[in-house]
Amino acid sequence: MPVSRISAAFDKARSDGRSALVSYVMAGDPDLETSYQVLNALVDNGADVIELGAPFTDPMADGPSIQRAGQRSLKAGTTLKDVLALAKRFRETNQTTPLILMGYANPVHLMGYETFAGAASDAGIDGTIIVDLPPEEDMPLREAYAPYELAVIRLATPTTHEARMKTVADGASGFLYYVSVTGVTGAKKPVASDIAPGVQSAQRISGLPVCVGFGIKTGEQAREMAAISDGVVVGSAFVDIISEMEQGKSREEIVESVARLTRELSSGLNRNGGVA
Amino acid sequence: MDLRNTWDKWPDANGRFGEFGGRYVAETLMPLILDLEKEYRAAQKDPEFQAQMDDLWKHYVGRPSPLYFAERLTDHFGGAKIYFKRDELNHTGAHKINNCLGQVLLAMRMGKKRIIAETGAGQHGVATATVCARFGLQCVVFMGATDVERQKPNVFRMRLLGAEIVPVESGTGTLKDAMNEALRDWVTNVDDTFYCIGTAAGPHPYPELVRDFQSIIGREAKEQMLEREGRLPDAVMACIGGGSNAIGLFHPFVEDEGVRLIGVEASGHGVETGMHAAALNGGKPGILHGNRTYLLQDDDGQIIDAHSISAGLDYPGIGPEHAFLRDSGRAEYLTCTDDEALEAFQLCTRLEGIIPALEPSHALARIGEVAKEMGPDQIIIMNLCGRGDKDIFSVAGHLGIDM
Ligand SMILES: Cc1ncc(COP(=O)(O)O)c(C=O)c1O
Repeated sequence: MPVSRISAAFDKARSDGRSALVSYVMAGDPDLETSYQVLNALVDNGADVIELGAPFTDPMADGPSIQRAGQRSLKAGTTLKDVLALAKRFRETNQTTPLILMGYANPVHLMGYETFAGAASDAGIDGTIIVDLPPEEDMPLREAYAPYELAVIRLATPTTHEARMKTVADGASGFLYYVSVTGVTGAKKPVASDIAPGVQSAQRISGLPVCVGFGIKTGEQAREMAAISDGVVVGSAFVDIISEMEQGKSREEIVESVARLTRELSSGLNRNGGVA
Repeated sequence: MDLRNTWDKWPDANGRFGEFGGRYVAETLMPLILDLEKEYRAAQKDPEFQAQMDDLWKHYVGRPSPLYFAERLTDHFGGAKIYFKRDELNHTGAHKINNCLGQVLLAMRMGKKRIIAETGAGQHGVATATVCARFGLQCVVFMGATDVERQKPNVFRMRLLGAEIVPVESGTGTLKDAMNEALRDWVTNVDDTFYCIGTAAGPHPYPELVRDFQSIIGREAKEQMLEREGRLPDAVMACIGGGSNAIGLFHPFVEDEGVRLIGVEASGHGVETGMHAAALNGGKPGILHGNRTYLLQDDDGQIIDAHSISAGLDYPGIGPEHAFLRDSGRAEYLTCTDDEALEAFQLCTRLEGIIPALEPSHALARIGEVAKEMGPDQIIIMNLCGRGDKDIFSVAGHLGIDM
């Protein structure tokens, strides 16, 4: 029951009195084995939800960190099928952590929405965020997902005004991803007080958990965002750690650094203080 | 599906030309393109807007551009009469300014003070920088680092005009990467920035409004042809990068079913080599830069870099209306290699005393065959959409001449 894996994760975080930690990494950066070990390090150290990036040559919503991660992954030959195979391998030992595939429309479109939906469901994927399929264009995806209960996770942004939030909420499932800044991944720093009204509007109108992401890199920032949301997404900070393999760091060192950052972020997400 | 007499009805309310086009952008940009569409609808109904365009077209751009009978080329090929629509005589040397004026006027209606643009050959960048200088607007042009190197004169021109040039290193440093970077800038600066797209592609309403602004080419050509020959041409021809000069010429003829619409894509070293820019002849439908259209892509849906001798045609996609016109059979799309374009460039220069840009040289390279096939009682109009001054350095290089 894929969608319920997502709601179970948010329910659990809520009952623990904390915001969920949603972590993003690029599949296949710099190789699939590293990604596999990183995924396990993430969940073992407190990540509640995993977003698995699928590489694309033209990632128009991503900043330099994730652009380069995608290029490293593509250089290693990673395909959409490989990303699904990685998900499947992860699922062999983990049946609880939601896996969200995040990427761009073209590779999915070329595979065919129906073929992709079947393969994603089979791989244990729980939902997708396809950045360039806004509500106006994601109907074919929603139809293809219907038999599988795969979640269509949509983006809301600071430019999504109240009236448009209804369009975004209508047909969305799983959770909403509130993009905390106008900009690309990893660039600007979000300010909690600026986005709190937008996040509340997203929560109220969609009735879904709302996660905040883009530009959150430290435990301090995560704590600030946790106070106003159901989940905090961290991507570029993990991707930056993984990029250090290019400078000669070993896989073990990378995995350990990822684990450490995950613990730091996770400990910051407790809403009822604890760490203040 | 019978599409006759409906050629002119596209795009539909969702920005689709049949199954092509659409609005494939990140949510941050959706409200912006919806606003743009609203503003464009208002401008279309506003006689003041049209009057301002007409005035600038006439006195600033130099329109109407002549329709010229290319007598010696016609004799050379010995087939149909060849006419050139002389859009290379426009201010800034290409058709690009037709569209820039329209978009910048729209931007000003919307109260935007900062204009961004992508450019490949630099022609759209120069046109945008020119119009921004004319209206005192800030202009930022994204250009692939590779193109900054091979289009130095245009880079300097843009700087003289006061534009900031941002060399784009990401991806492979060509036009598609410049477009990605412009989109990234746009999502970052949503409040004050207007994205002036240089071809009939991108998310709805861009393909429609770029087509409409460029359709001045076809409207004038039609009127001039009726005046000159008392009848419509039998074919109209144009080169295809993203397809703006071609759609501008084609569109006013699209309902005239007796007029063949012929586009020419750049096939670089040859479609079979994989080193080309012929999205319709060597690509598959996909989604990039806001629209569903034909794209150069691999089996995993990754975009393949285009290759063409002409930086203005070096793009792995094509405007969605061309994808539609192709699939529905209304228009035909031929190809031309780098070498053929170089030959045609020289032929036109020698026979007509007109140095064409490398882009329209691609259409020129196919015109002989089309003309011969048609016979002397028939007429072709080709869009000579740019002049070759910008290309003389690279042509010299390709011909092995040390300047
Ligand atoms: C002279 C000229 N022709 C054609 C093109 C290709 O664009 P389009 O297909 O949009 O007309 C360019 C682009 O830079 C150009 O400079």
